[in-house]
Amino acid sequence: MTITEQHIDKELFPILEKVSDPEIPVLSIMEMGVVRSAILEKNMAKVQITPTYSGCPAMDVIGDDIKKALSDAGYTSEIELILAPAWTTDWITPKGRRALEKYGIAAPLSPKADKDVLLHGKQMVKCTNCSSQNTRLVSQFGSTACKAQFQCNDCQEPFDYFKCLK
Amino acid sequence: MKENLYKYILGIADNSLVLGQRLGELCGHGPSLETDIACTNISLDLFGQVRSYYQYAAKIKGNNATEDQIAFLRKEREYLNVLLVEQPNTDFAYTIGRQFLFDIYHFLFLTELQKSHDLNLAAIAKKSLKEVSYHRRFSSDWIKRLGDGTEESKRRIQEALDSLWTYTDELFHQTEADKIMVSKNIGVDTPTLKETYYTEVQTILSESTLEIPESKWFQKGGKDGIHTEHMGYLLSDLQYMQRTYPNMEW
Repeated sequence: MTITEQHIDKELFPILEKVSDPEIPVLSIMEMGVVRSAILEKNMAKVQITPTYSGCPAMDVIGDDIKKALSDAGYTSEIELILAPAWTTDWITPKGRRALEKYGIAAPLSPKADKDVLLHGKQMVKCTNCSSQNTRLVSQFGSTACKAQFQCNDCQEPFDYFKCLK
Repeated sequence: MKENLYKYILGIADNSLVLGQRLGELCGHGPSLETDIACTNISLDLFGQVRSYYQYAAKIKGNNATEDQIAFLRKEREYLNVLLVEQPNTDFAYTIGRQFLFDIYHFLFLTELQKSHDLNLAAIAKKSLKEVSYHRRFSSDWIKRLGDGTEESKRRIQEALDSLWTYTDELFHQTEADKIMVSKNIGVDTPTLKETYYTEVQTILSESTLEIPESKWFQKGGKDGIHTEHMGYLLSDLQYMQRTYPNMEW
């Protein structure tokens, strides 16, 4: 059940890229890094996905959405949920990080910066509205398991921060 | 069926299920919006982990067993969680005290479980550990805030810790199934974690200007299915839907 690298068959990539994260609709599941492999055998697509957080309720929906997208493209499919290697925020692509920011979710910082921000109140998370770094942590946990709540001290905008998971 | 492995998995998973249920009780009832969201987020992480464990346990059990049956349709004596996690949310200090005393253990335990020769358990441990490190940060942070907060918060968190302390030793108690799994390099030899656990707990309590509870009298039984009086009430809540509408699915 262990795969070390992401392997996506060329024919499947454009189909999977159109499937979006149900919680963050601007983000494709490919940019999110949750699809670990997609292999086409004859007409059957075998897709392995991995959860961001164990309890992420989006996984069932993502599985169904992939099945539907593949079936619309004329493929039958088998979806497998795998846990190893465990998902990390490093797998969010640069394009994905930009999409997050644009949507109003600050992208994850490095593990050390993440700790400084969440535990020691350091001001390093940039406001997604006005780019000010004068922001404060409102809550270590946010609207979904993967996020924390922040607010900008300058423009007062409340926003989510995607926590670093490594 | 691999009886010992099955029991071993339940011993781990039931802790997360029961603690997740306790935290879930705070949904809409947390002392503030932020702590309400935090407790239910942690609950969701724990339930996610539980699903991975129970899906694996159901495979081992065979006979078309499902994760739902394992979660919802056992009798009280068949749940193998430690007594600590079933203790009620008496007040926020108890919720945080319970969480803290469990998180420190949970983190050490999963760190070791990553090395298990059972690859499924090792994978679940690796995944869960990332989530549990956030739980541990949250509860340790609150221990400090309450301990080094006001006179009232200090008195109450101290009282909660004093009262929950009696359940900490059971975390390191080994059942027969545990010992067999350790001998096969599948299970974690929990007694070896004990010293580090109490050192870490004491360090954080000292930083929080709190006293280390003195009691040396410890309760156990949960890992063998003998629970405190709180467990029956918890299960009647947890199992209500499946008992009322047998075989229902979402």
